[in-house]
Order: sequence, then structure tokens, then C-alpha cells
Amino acid sequence: MEEKRKGAVLFSDYERGSAIKKLRDLSREDILFELKESKLKGRGGAGFPTSTKWMLTAAAKSDIKYVVCNADEGEPGTFKDRVLLMEYQALIFDGMVIAGYTIGAKNGIVYLRGEYSYLLDSLETYLMKMREDNLLGKNIAGKEGFDFDISIRLGSGAYVCGEETALIESLEGHRGEARNRPPYPVNTGYLGKPTTVNNVETFASVTHIVMKGGEWFCKHGTDKSTGSKLFSISGDCSRPGVYELPWGTTIKELLDIAGAENTKAVQVGGASGICLPKSQFDRKLAYEDAATGGSIMIFNEERDMIHIMNNFMEFFVEESCGQCTPCRIGNAKLLEGVKMLESGEYTFKYINKLKELGQTMQVASKCGLGQSSSNAFLSILENLKDEIFNVRKGGNHGN
Amino acid sequence: MLVMEKNQLTEEIEVLIKKYGKERSSLIPILQDIQKQHSYISDYAQQEVARLLDIHPVEVFSVISFYAFLNSSPKGRNIVRLCQTITCDLAGKKNVASAIERELGIKFGQTTPDNKITLEYANCLGMCDVGPAMIVNDRVYYKLDPEKAVSIINEIR
Repeated sequence: MEEKRKGAVLFSDYERGSAIKKLRDLSREDILFELKESKLKGRGGAGFPTSTKWMLTAAAKSDIKYVVCNADEGEPGTFKDRVLLMEYQALIFDGMVIAGYTIGAKNGIVYLRGEYSYLLDSLETYLMKMREDNLLGKNIAGKEGFDFDISIRLGSGAYVCGEETALIESLEGHRGEARNRPPYPVNTGYLGKPTTVNNVETFASVTHIVMKGGEWFCKHGTDKSTGSKLFSISGDCSRPGVYELPWGTTIKELLDIAGAENTKAVQVGGASGICLPKSQFDRKLAYEDAATGGSIMIFNEERDMIHIMNNFMEFFVEESCGQCTPCRIGNAKLLEGVKMLESGEYTFKYINKLKELGQTMQVASKCGLGQSSSNAFLSILENLKDEIFNVRKGGNHGN
Repeated sequence: MLVMEKNQLTEEIEVLIKKYGKERSSLIPILQDIQKQHSYISDYAQQEVARLLDIHPVEVFSVISFYAFLNSSPKGRNIVRLCQTITCDLAGKKNVASAIERELGIKFGQTTPDNKITLEYANCLGMCDVGPAMIVNDRVYYKLDPEKAVSIINEIR
């Protein structure tokens, strides 16, 4: 819609269906080998090695297995999957077929967030076209006994369903509450069967890796973060949009590309990510440094950080599933704390208590959502404390 | 609810169960379709879904109460969901919201007296590069300003 920058990996040329046709000459071991070579990590944000996930699912003993595409892109500031789902369906769906072939699944499910329901018709049409061209269905691409099909399921407006076990619960017709792990979905997933759940962008990357090889993929990015990443850039900049950049790009470089000026802070990784101040703009975007599922939100000097904190905490209070106490109560308490900061009626003693609470939430919450829900609060408080405690305009400063 | 209406609803649910299968995993697609058709899932519909799927009605209610897009009480025929998350907020969500509220004479969270429009806030719609954004029924609108938002609302009034 807005700016889009094509990089050398994900947005490189790809002819629809060609990776599927290549499967005729590849064994599942070949694919697992290339994936391992590529060192591809999950693009949703957690960064679990894809080859390990697929190897475990492939090794699990079961007649029925599932491939699930996590298109529940709910992290504030993330919209790269929207672009992939609108314009690069071939990369996603071909990647799912490759997954089905590799792990031995016959069914793929796309869990599309309810907010993206307007994409449903075009995706269904695309799947029909794949069936017509024998890229889905029975004996795919002429390979005897290779059957696979994809269906799409809509979410209904719950951020937590982006967590893979909550997503599976939702697919099964339950409240989207995260499960205890282990067992992991690779063994006990959808309907109790081995399931691999991957992000939209991960499938898209796999398709390219099958075409061009793991070694090619490794040429891009850093040692520990190979390949490229789609960054969803929004906030105070003149060119917001989706950008494909190699891992290892610094925040400063990224700000220049997006045309950001007067930047005070950058939120890396969405509401569940961390807020970095100017002094840390030389940090690299990579799994080993500032990790992100793609969300980059830019705040300029005019912005009120307490207002931003407030918005993030309201988000988590609403989206916490309420299952475990640290997340349910913790977020409500942190939001109260933000209101205190806003009015200036706080004591440092209490704020320090809240910091401890935030740290407790990071270790005691059940799922990834809860564990990361205090990140924004803690990092803004730490990295922008001068603004928050001292130069707050109006009101009393609490000291 | 009239007996005829009840019978018709039951028939509708039977058709949905045929379409999606009589499994627990069909519950959410069935509820989504009922929601789409009737703009909410009535007590009676919940009981019928439960009976036909052979689960307890409370299970059905617990699922509806969890998801933001499923409702157990009536809503307006058109649902307007304005994104309230940070980038849309910074891009001027507040002015858009007040303009819509002034125009319709209701607040967010309320439905117009003629049952035509319900105003709701939504969390991140994934349109952060082109905010403020809102979804009206199944259509997404972006780069809103107060005037543009109001003219979109007026089209469905």
C-alpha cells in the first residue's frame, strides 16, 4: 500500500509452483538438509530453528499430521504478513506444500486473523487455482502418493491466538488459551496429532530455500541470523511500509531508509518488544541483538512516552486471556502504575515494586504473550527514565 | 422469539453443521456464520448449537465470551471497528473517533437507536503504515481523517 522495498531474498523472483515441481526430485531428507544449512529461524519472533521443528514433526509417529500457517498477525505494528498474503500467495502456499511433503502431512490449515477476513476470497480463489493446476490435491505435480490440501480458518479477534498452542486450541473450537508445554505441538498438536505451526514469512522463506539452497540463503544476513527479514515500519517517518532488509541492519540505517527524523525512540518487536532510546540506535536487528518479528515503530521527539506506555498496557489488559495470574493481574497493575506516572502521583518505592512485578511476569506467566507483556513497560521505564521522571510537563513530578 | 423463528434458526444451524461437520472443531466457524447472519448469537442459538454438537451450552458461551468478534447480545447491523492501537493512535485516531461520535450522537461501545450502527474499538488491525484505520463490516478503510471517516459512516446510515 505504502512503501515497499524489495530485498535479495524473500522478494526475489519466484515462479508460482516451481518449488512444488522441484519436490519430484527431492527426498524429505534433502529438504531437511537444506533447511539445516540455511539456519532459518522462525519469523514470528521467537526464532526457533525451522529445521528442528520440521525434523521433530517428521520423526513423530502418526498417520495423521498437520501443517498450520500462523497468519494471526496481531502484534501491534506488524503488517508484513498482510502484504505477503495479498501479493505473494505462491510463496506461502508452496511453502506449506513443501512442509506437508517433508513432515508427511496431508492437511494444511491457514489460521487467518479475523481482522484480515477481507483477504479470504482472494486466498480461496488462489487455492482453487492451485487445485486446478495439480499443485494441491492428489498426486501433486505428478508425484505418486503425494496428497496435500489447504483450508483456511478465520480467527475471531484474539491477539493471544498468535501463540501456537492457543492457536491450536482455537482451531479445535475452544477458547484461545495457551497450553502447558511440553508436550509440544510437534508431538501433540491439532487434535492431538503432530503439527508444525509456522509463521507466514517462514513458509515464504522455505520456498526460496528449496529453490536456491541453504547456502545461498546463508549468504545474506549475519552468522546467527541468516537470510533477510520483512520489517513493518510505522510511526513517525516519511516512508512507512514493508521493507525487506538483511538481518544485521542497524536501527540507524533503518531509520534513514524509512525517512525518520527527530527520532526519540524506536519500539522493536511491537507491544511485546522493547523500546530503544537514541543511545542504542547502533544496535543490530538480529536474533542475537535486537530481535523482532518485524514490527518497528518510530516515535519522534514530540511524542509523550507515558501516553505510549499507557496504550501498550491497555492493549495487554484487554488481550490477556486471563488464564494465568501473573499476566491477568500483572498487566492491570502495570496499567495502574502508568496512570500514576501520568498524574505524577507515585512513589519510587511503588514503581520499583512494579518493576519487580514486571520481571516476575516475565518468568511466571504461562505463555509467550504473558512473558513478554511487561517488556514495553520495563524498557520504556529504564531507557527513557529522564523523560518519565523529570521533564514531565505539567503536573507534579512526584518528588 | 416466535416458534417459527426458532424452527428456522434450528434449521439454519443444522445446515451449518452439515457444512462444517459435527465436531467440536467446527464450533467457531458455525458461530462465525451465525454471527454474520444475525449480528449476534442468541441464547436459543447457543443452546441449539450445543445440542446439535453434543456439548454443554456453557461451553458454547465460554467460547463466545472469549472472542472479540463473537457476541451474545444484539449489535447494530453494521459494525464499525476503529483501530485504537499505538500507531493509529499517534496518527490521529482520537479526532476521527470524536468526529464519528458527534455525527452519530453515540459513543464508542454503543449502538445507534435505529440499530444500524455499532461503534467499537479494535486492537491493531495491521494497517499501521496507513493509519488511522477502521473496518466496517468486512471492508477496511485507511488513512482516515475526520471528514473521510464521517463520509464512510454516512454511506451506511
